[in-house]
Amino acid sequence: MKLKFDHYGKGLAKGLWVTLRHTVRHRITTQYPEQRLNVSRRFRGYELVWDKERCTGCSTCAKSCLQGNIEIVTSRGAENKYVVEKFELDSGRCIFCGLCVESCPYDALFLSMEYECAKYRRLELVLPKERLERTENKRLSGYFRPDMEKALPEQTLLLDKAGKETQDLWR
Amino acid sequence: MEATDLKTQPFVINMGPQHPSTHGVFRMRVTLDGEVVVDLEPKLGYLHRGIEKLAETRTYTQFIPLTDRLAYLGSMFNNHAYVLAVEKLAGIRVPLRAEYMRVIVDELMRISSHLAAVGFFLNDLGASVFTPLLYMYREREKLLDLFEMVCGQRLTYNYMRIGGLSHDFPPEFLPAVKRFVDEMPFYMEEYENLLAENEIVLARSKGVGCISKDLAISASLAGPVLRSTGVKWDIRKADPYSVYDRFEFDIPVGEQGDNYDRYRVRIEEMWQSLRILRQSLQQMPEGGEFRANVPHLLYPPKGEAYGRIEGAQGELGFYIVSDGSIAPYRLHIRAPTLINITCLRDMSIGWKVADLISIFGSIDVCLGEIDR
Amino acid sequence: MKELWPLGNYWAHWAVFTVIVLAFAIVGVMMYIWVERRGFGVFQLRMGPNRAGPFGLLQSVADAIKVLLKEDIVPTVADKAAHFVAPAIVFLPVLLVFAVVPFHNGFGLLPDLNIGILYVVAISSLGVVGVFMAGWASNNKYSIIGAMRVMAAMVSYEIPLVLSILGVVLVSGSLSMNDIVAGGPIPLFLLTPLGFLVFLLSAMAEINRGPFDMLEADSEIVAGFHTEYSGMKFAMFFLAEYGHALAMSAIAATLFFKGWEGPGAQYIGVLWFIIKMVFVFILLIWFRVAFPRLRIDQLMSFGWKFLLPLAIANLLIIGGEVVGFGGDIPWWMMFPNFAVAGALILLFSRAYSLGGGRVEVKV
Repeated sequence: MKLKFDHYGKGLAKGLWVTLRHTVRHRITTQYPEQRLNVSRRFRGYELVWDKERCTGCSTCAKSCLQGNIEIVTSRGAENKYVVEKFELDSGRCIFCGLCVESCPYDALFLSMEYECAKYRRLELVLPKERLERTENKRLSGYFRPDMEKALPEQTLLLDKAGKETQDLWR
Repeated sequence: MEATDLKTQPFVINMGPQHPSTHGVFRMRVTLDGEVVVDLEPKLGYLHRGIEKLAETRTYTQFIPLTDRLAYLGSMFNNHAYVLAVEKLAGIRVPLRAEYMRVIVDELMRISSHLAAVGFFLNDLGASVFTPLLYMYREREKLLDLFEMVCGQRLTYNYMRIGGLSHDFPPEFLPAVKRFVDEMPFYMEEYENLLAENEIVLARSKGVGCISKDLAISASLAGPVLRSTGVKWDIRKADPYSVYDRFEFDIPVGEQGDNYDRYRVRIEEMWQSLRILRQSLQQMPEGGEFRANVPHLLYPPKGEAYGRIEGAQGELGFYIVSDGSIAPYRLHIRAPTLINITCLRDMSIGWKVADLISIFGSIDVCLGEIDR
Repeated sequence: MKELWPLGNYWAHWAVFTVIVLAFAIVGVMMYIWVERRGFGVFQLRMGPNRAGPFGLLQSVADAIKVLLKEDIVPTVADKAAHFVAPAIVFLPVLLVFAVVPFHNGFGLLPDLNIGILYVVAISSLGVVGVFMAGWASNNKYSIIGAMRVMAAMVSYEIPLVLSILGVVLVSGSLSMNDIVAGGPIPLFLLTPLGFLVFLLSAMAEINRGPFDMLEADSEIVAGFHTEYSGMKFAMFFLAEYGHALAMSAIAATLFFKGWEGPGAQYIGVLWFIIKMVFVFILLIWFRVAFPRLRIDQLMSFGWKFLLPLAIANLLIIGGEVVGFGGDIPWWMMFPNFAVAGALILLFSRAYSLGGGRVEVKV
């Protein structure tokens, strides 16, 4: 007569062994803010960057925003061209979906690579024209802008940092 | 007087919208007799945002970011189902390379969603310092990095467009997917060793929260909850969409419909997703378009269409009625989790409070989809 | 008293050692919290807290300051007197247990009290009253569920605990903690492995920790009996839980690992004691990390149907060996003891199933 032993603790012992094996592996914590990882080249960061030279005031971006966050006021200027007087983004309501960047026919809008954009007051989240202008120190992301994308650094992947090669300390 | 003559009085407890483990704002009114659940009444609506009504005032392309926010742990599925419905309505053909790209991204999303579901199920069982959850989240972080590489965000992707996808894969994406698919079996065996034969997990989940085959079919459940009762129904095989008819994969089914079977079905589905990923990496065409030529403002013909896919929780469907203008006349979302929740009462009567939480965790709810 | 240090005066001895015991308990609990949080990090591939002080050593101090600054909220419908007194009743037995722990040979507040281990068992069961008072006085359904569970569990795990301690007492022949450490050449966790296992599992259930922590199950009943507590009273419960774990590790180190003995024990005996205590609570941390928790009826059935027969069997085996060898059990008996322990666990697991199933409810 064969006796079958099934729940005498073998599964528990296997569980203990797996947790013990993890104690000799590299830890995968990143000590933010001292160490920062590179975000993706197409990162949809939390700032919209507006290129004043290329913009013609056609308002395609304002029409393609699903919430109506972009407010544009133009007036007619010299040579029958629009002069953009007000270009305001309500970044508190913006969901950074990138539909405006995708739809601009003149490539005048960019998303940035920033993610530390907290403010103390809700009114400060409504960004006027001067705040949105493209300057030298703003890092632009390559979302829908392939020429920007080539110049950006590669993203750090957890696959590289904690892949199978770095499993146990003795390897 | 015997012990069975002791009169006890059931009392009503409110597992309220703020509870550490109801996976979102979900409220249940539970009647307890001691520790045994006697009656249960779910009260929904705490996360209602009116997404179906918002669709009537947005164009078809503008609605895609809103679909991300439905079942937010599986955004690609929502995007895909909606885009499939619109393409059926307007009769748009998607290029072959775009279909393969959609399959790859869908299967990666399925693995990520099941990792989160199994991890939180074990958390509800009480691995009190989240050890299995953290191990599974380590793999999920690798997947989120891959998604960030391809579309720029980690949770709300806004990646699919009508007629294809918004971006092509960057050149380092497919080698990274191949590396992930090669390394994942090692970690999945670690999960098996940690949990599959663990006596405590078996005792807490085997036989708990059973549901019969007939009740599952008549209540129109779907997904792993249905497959764990023994019904072999998967939309990828029953009504194939995209290029799923070109792949070889199995459909895992359970036997009893209890917690343990649902957990095993999800783990087996992850293995099958890895299989589909390997085949699609081999079969994918090298060049080609990733987006069909669709006008910026789409005016689909009058009519209605229902597009459905096999999401991580079940059959996710979008029903669109169009009257020829730029916005749909009516859009309805068939949320699989809402329909799965209707059986919560039958599954959990007679079990104890601790089991109620673990049964709820094993259905894998996502409140964004229930309340829309 | 055999040795009264310092000054040979009873009052000075009592005063000095009260200060030492209080300091040891409180600093020990803070160190335990640090070891536990960093230990979880080691098992889970992450760092624990490392910002407050070097290596995060001052994290517990920062938590204590935060908790002291919080508002003390008492529900209006609560039973005020019981609500106020309950944290103290839960914390007091923990401190009292440290009175009989020998840090070194005869060095402690009352290490050679001739009913040492009986005193420990008696005092540690007073904590149950405090927990139930806390749950009842909060006037909250979640707290009542938690309090009922904990009463049932703690009372029913006293029995295997006491029986495994009795096995140790049989081997060493005395109830006094100092004599238990001094008796026998090899440590008792090797000689009586079954007794050690039963003691460890019962102690984990007594202190509501590890896979047996259903009463503070965050995912079920929010926080159990201490849901309605905030501020320093909540910190007292926290301190009491970790202090109880520390006390159980100290007792285990004394009973089963031979306390302060080791190479060079005359000079660094206290250090050996601390090392053994740390080893036992790393075992407790390891068990907590790896396993999900048991349901309440499964817990009760585990205690009554699995641990209790094993504890009685352990007692019979040890009694037989003590009588057979007339006092001192030779060291080579540990191999048959291990084999018998393994065989008993296998046999009992066949005859035992965890917990009840579904209850038929008339809807």
